[in-house]
Amino acid sequence: MKRRKLDVKQLPAKAAGELDDRFQLASPLRKVLTKVFPDHWSFLLGEIALFSFIVLLLTGTFLALFFDPSMTEVHYEGAYAPLRGIEMSKAYESSLNLSFDVRGGLILRQMHHWAALLFMAAIVVHMGRTFFTGAFRKPRETNWLIGVLLFWLGFAEGFIGYSLPDDALSGTGLRIAGGIAESIPLVGSWVSFALFGGEFPGDSVIPMFYILHVFLLPGLLLALIGVHVGLVFIQKHTQWPGPKRTEHNVIGYRMFPNYVSKQGGFFMLVFAVIALMAGLFQINPIWMFGPYRAEVVSAGSQPDFYVMFLDGIVRLFPAWEIRAFGFTVPAVFWPGIVGMGLFTMLPLMYPFLERRFTKDKAHHNLLQRPRDVPARAGVGAMALAFFIICTLSGANDIIADKFNISLNAMTWGGRIGLLVVPPLAYLMTYRICLGLQQHDREVLAHGVETGIIKRDADGRFYEVHQPLAQPDEHGHTSLEYNGWTVPKKMNRLGALAPTLKGFFKPIEQPAPKPEADGEDGEVGDGEKREEITAGK
Amino acid sequence: MSTEVPAGEGKKDEQAEPLDVLDPNVTRFELVKEALRRDGVEILHYEPRFPVPGTKEEKRVVRTISFFFVLSGLAALGFIVAYIWWPWEYEFGGADTWSKWYTPVLGALLGIALGGIGIGILTWSKKLLPVEELMQERHDGASDPVERRLTGATLVHIGDETGVARRPMLKRALLFGAAPLGLAALMPIGGLIKDPGDALFTTGFNPKFNGGNPVRLMREDGTLIRPEEISVGGQITVFPAIPGGATLKHADSPTLLIHLREPDAEEARNNAYEMNKGSQWENLIAYSKICTHVGCPASLYEQQTNRLLCPCHQSQFHITNNATPIFGPATRALPQLPISVDEEGYLYATSDYKVAIGPAFWERERK
Ligand code: HEM
Ligand code: FES
Repeated sequence: MKRRKLDVKQLPAKAAGELDDRFQLASPLRKVLTKVFPDHWSFLLGEIALFSFIVLLLTGTFLALFFDPSMTEVHYEGAYAPLRGIEMSKAYESSLNLSFDVRGGLILRQMHHWAALLFMAAIVVHMGRTFFTGAFRKPRETNWLIGVLLFWLGFAEGFIGYSLPDDALSGTGLRIAGGIAESIPLVGSWVSFALFGGEFPGDSVIPMFYILHVFLLPGLLLALIGVHVGLVFIQKHTQWPGPKRTEHNVIGYRMFPNYVSKQGGFFMLVFAVIALMAGLFQINPIWMFGPYRAEVVSAGSQPDFYVMFLDGIVRLFPAWEIRAFGFTVPAVFWPGIVGMGLFTMLPLMYPFLERRFTKDKAHHNLLQRPRDVPARAGVGAMALAFFIICTLSGANDIIADKFNISLNAMTWGGRIGLLVVPPLAYLMTYRICLGLQQHDREVLAHGVETGIIKRDADGRFYEVHQPLAQPDEHGHTSLEYNGWTVPKKMNRLGALAPTLKGFFKPIEQPAPKPEADGEDGEVGDGEKREEITAGK
Repeated sequence: MSTEVPAGEGKKDEQAEPLDVLDPNVTRFELVKEALRRDGVEILHYEPRFPVPGTKEEKRVVRTISFFFVLSGLAALGFIVAYIWWPWEYEFGGADTWSKWYTPVLGALLGIALGGIGIGILTWSKKLLPVEELMQERHDGASDPVERRLTGATLVHIGDETGVARRPMLKRALLFGAAPLGLAALMPIGGLIKDPGDALFTTGFNPKFNGGNPVRLMREDGTLIRPEEISVGGQITVFPAIPGGATLKHADSPTLLIHLREPDAEEARNNAYEMNKGSQWENLIAYSKICTHVGCPASLYEQQTNRLLCPCHQSQFHITNNATPIFGPATRALPQLPISVDEEGYLYATSDYKVAIGPAFWERERK
């Protein structure tokens, strides 16, 4: 019998052929391979969230192998001597074991926590970027809605995860959550009893939170992130305005190899940063807090940063309790339940509110620079100011202590600040946006400041401007203001040659002259590279 | 490269196919360009990063990338070695033990291993892949009106076929059938619902936990308390002297017992609300430790000012005036535990707290 020779080189083509025979892949595959993606650093923020989420799934699965979500009391006998012999729940014991008795457990615990913090931080910044650039406008409202839900799901997932180790800080957080739940009119005590399976703390909340934390919420997050990223793919990413870029095209590079290699490399970097932080910076050292006891709390116990705004507003809200007909609406109901409801509903409604006010029903694929929509930038600054003051107030006791300010002054400062600073932030942002626009228009009309000072025959000094296009007889250029980035420095125009590379001697010949399609060739074409001539 | 924007799908068919794709003589790059053209992608700019292969610069870039990959591999090997052989078992107080460095070493090596791959790939992507700028049509927005019309008609037709609109009885019957079914599906969650009963109104000091007898006060370690054991100006946390009284089973019971100085005790007695009259025993006064805001232990006692501070949201309570809140978000005074001394000389609670302790809730005043 004659053996057929195996031609290794032909294998990939043969395999591809076999697959296509069955799944008819050629055309859809090519469309994915050559899909064009626009590029900008601010488009990476969502990716940071995505990558930290993947790290969360990986590290979380490891932790689940060793964690025991049980509130059964045991005597601790592990490696951490100061706690030996102390009564604690199995959940806390197994978290301690993960830190001291499982090889490599501590670094994975710390990676999980740092990844969670990075995830939430990236979501917040990513949300800011989609807001300030108007990326949420038609047709992308759905992704904005999903994004807001992702923030709150992440918030819940993070809070629940923080509760699982059942240390003193977890318990304090739970106690506060229980107190807020009890404040709901009519059903508060029932909600709290459902949460804890009886009176706080009961013995069922950790097992219940565990299944939420490792199954239900991650499943929801994963599904929503899938839809979110899927929609970005289907609807195609927005792009910044610039030469040749219109509402009807995408300018960038192909998915393969450029986009995917950049994403892959970037993922590894995010992963690396999380690993480094987890190795070098301690986070949530649960062994220092001890098990939860109802009568102990240490001053300066803080939740994770993304919960601090809630803690802060709960601190600031005045003691306004309503009592009528023998019923009570506790003060904490307003910031804790109504406030959080508003923090959810207002962002959800924002795209539709903006549409109502601007009557802008058009389809948008080009982003806006914040300065070009001062009112929206102002609203965003206002929301940000509110969020920051609440968050800082969540640490007002620590700030008071560190800077020797009276605590009561901090609280009053926060209360007044919450009313005064956001409107100020609105006004200032509005002015700044107008100022930036003004400056752009100036540069478009007169050109870039060159830093070259000339003295004319009468002895007057003036600075030479490099016009961005051929000036008319008055030295003015008539470039339209169109939302593109306006170059403001000479090296943005390619007037200064890039520095040479190489340590001892140049390793390449000085670049000839940067050509017209260089990275920053956003404005003008031929004219801009001309010798600097006197302008006004 | 043609600068003309390629036509939309419709027009494409009319154009003569410029390239015979199956012709064995076309180059691969021509095929790639044809593929892009057919997918609505126009090349604005495309050039290899190194038009002349093998320059010094190119070799340098290749060396750099290789360096990062090799670095990554070494760090990963280091990680494996450290994971297995670095002493990891925790020793308490071991200031200069090797095991103290286990986690930082793992983190640094893993970071370098991942970062090396990351930087390598990114450099590859930025420095070796061709420089390109392409333009793709979006084709977004609504579907073609013809498609919309056809699909719309199909949908309405399907609706008609079911006849729901024509047969209102079916509609109502279906609604009647489905709504309860949906509710029924929710029922199992009902297992979570527990009637709070009077649990929020009682603490471990309630005689019902002690066979109907008044409950004594105890320390966390279970020892009973005589009044003279607490020095003037001192304070301790006390618990109901019942089984599990100091555990989380009675998380609502921790109480702060304070021995006031004579003038303060007098002041407190004079200020006492009707409800709190006679609750002090001589100069000893006991308040619930569970903050009336949202339930943290209000545990920072400031002797000079007789204030009790809750560290969670900084509510402050005035000890010599019924523990009324004087600053912060708490609205209600800390409930006072009525105490006395029994014939054996031990402190006990003459009754449970007279109002619900801890955070407020809707039916709080319904006792
Ligand atoms: C779990 C958290 C999240 C993940 C993993 C995630 C991931 C992503 C990714 C990878 C993109 C594409 C790249 C980019 O524009 O940055 C994206 C786009 C987008 N995201 Fe998110 N995101 C998250 C949360 C949010 C939040 C909180 C919001 C806003 C409330 C939001 C709103 C949007 C919008 C509107 C887009 C489309 C942007 C555009 O096409 O310009 N996302 N998201
Ligand atoms: S729980 Fe005491 S002030 Fe909030």
